[in-house]
Amino acid sequence: MNEISEEKIQSVRNDFPILSRTIYGKPLVYFDNAATTQKPNLVIDAISNYYRNDNANVHRGVHYLSQQATGAFEEVRKKVATFINACNPNEIIFTRGATEAINLVACSYCETFLNAGDEIIISVLEHHSNIVPWQVACERKGAFLKVIPVTSDGDLDLTVFEKLLNEHTKMVAISHISNALGTINPISDIVEIAHQKNVPVFVDGAQGLSHGPVDVQKLDCDFYAFSAHKMYGPMGIGGLYGKTSWLEKMQPYQLGGEMIDKVTFEKTTYNEIPYKFEAGTPNVADVMGFGAAIDYLNQLGWDFITAQENDLLSYATARLQAIEGVKIIGTSEHKAAIVSFLIEGIHFFDAGTIMDHLGVAVRTGSHCTQPLMDNLGINGTLRASMAFYNTRQEVDKLVDAIHRVKTLFA
Amino acid sequence: MTIKETIDQLIKEFNQFDDWMDKYNYLIEMGRSVPLIDDTQKTDANLIAGCQSRVWLSSEYKDGLIYFTADSDAVITKGIAYLLIRVFSGHTPAEIVEAETTFLDLIGLKEHLSPTRSNGLLSMVKQIKLYAFAYQVKEKNS
Repeated sequence: MNEISEEKIQSVRNDFPILSRTIYGKPLVYFDNAATTQKPNLVIDAISNYYRNDNANVHRGVHYLSQQATGAFEEVRKKVATFINACNPNEIIFTRGATEAINLVACSYCETFLNAGDEIIISVLEHHSNIVPWQVACERKGAFLKVIPVTSDGDLDLTVFEKLLNEHTKMVAISHISNALGTINPISDIVEIAHQKNVPVFVDGAQGLSHGPVDVQKLDCDFYAFSAHKMYGPMGIGGLYGKTSWLEKMQPYQLGGEMIDKVTFEKTTYNEIPYKFEAGTPNVADVMGFGAAIDYLNQLGWDFITAQENDLLSYATARLQAIEGVKIIGTSEHKAAIVSFLIEGIHFFDAGTIMDHLGVAVRTGSHCTQPLMDNLGINGTLRASMAFYNTRQEVDKLVDAIHRVKTLFA
Repeated sequence: MTIKETIDQLIKEFNQFDDWMDKYNYLIEMGRSVPLIDDTQKTDANLIAGCQSRVWLSSEYKDGLIYFTADSDAVITKGIAYLLIRVFSGHTPAEIVEAETTFLDLIGLKEHLSPTRSNGLLSMVKQIKLYAFAYQVKEKNS
């Protein structure tokens, strides 16, 4: 039984104005949190307040507002570093999101360290964003992409991973949590195995940072990418953690703005990390929103978040399993609050369309993981991805919606 | 019946239902009447790009008129394909090229018009217009 009181959940829900709206006249049941989470007032107000009171370009002004904005901007960098326990705030680079962070490393790291005949290891579980940048880097350099398979439960097959690792491997790029199946990958084990062969590990943490505490020093990963909008912050901002030793050896792939040190027509030298990788005027307002999202998560605490999400996961899994004709796709023992499923004989698009009319927002399709879907022999799934502000009553509504769908398409 | 008359007829048929569920029920029912595309025509070339379900649409030009056939693995998409075929099939290329295509708004299935990647309705309309345009060009050249 869930030990978290309904009053507590309701007070948390009140922090998110959108959760009280209706869809087609019915209360919104928002189960698309893996695509983007909703935003609390704290985040919305931080962005609005920045534009109302504090807006100025950072880093280059002598005037008061610019210095104030720079100070606040760099404070958030420290906040992010503390949140994931990076050694040093300079190891945090602000990007537009996880996808841009992956592209940054796939361009900058591969430019220097990837050569013809080398190999990069990814897995079948990856989001397109953690496939295509590496694939293109390999094409550009004449290198090869190697893929770790998954078991029928949706777990990575680590015995195959160990066999794939060899002296040609230059990078292992793996998601922390599968967006399509919810599998939490054993990052520490993967890092340990890869480091034995001196291969760096890149972690796509787009789904990782919102479901539980992340300690990059403990994981010992070399890079960790994240998106603020999947952790209750604004869209258009995210970041990359990289170990100083790597970041200093990599060349920037976007040029101009604050990232330079000295420019002459003969030669340009670059600023130090992290600025070297932050070309152009950064998205300051959304960095403020990102900072507020971290404050919000810190206030709530991981104990509450993980307890509530674990309860929702086990409740939803049990209720969905009990429906005849419903099959859960992805049954790893280690899962975040994401449940992918199919309803026998009913196309996920048909089911999702009807559920939408019942106020239940789920995602349908391949979830940007086409190779995984091919591997599982399906075209897509319905996916309910839950957050701490969801409730068991909402899971009940999802179950009711599935029954309505089954009746309609019977 | 002209394209405009079929559209008005469809709007009337759908407007007899107040409840969205009944509208969908009717759409699902109609999907069963879709003139099915021949299995040999279910090729990648006839696959409509940009939808979550697979939709095939094929056209045939006979005595100055275009006839469409279709199929989909999703029932709602099949119903939408049927609506479009009922409106456009058996008309001249010029009539189809010039036709208004905003009628799904009026029958209360507006969300299927939103240009997202998921539903493919816009792609289907675009493909129908494209076929008509191609036949129109062919007519002029022959």
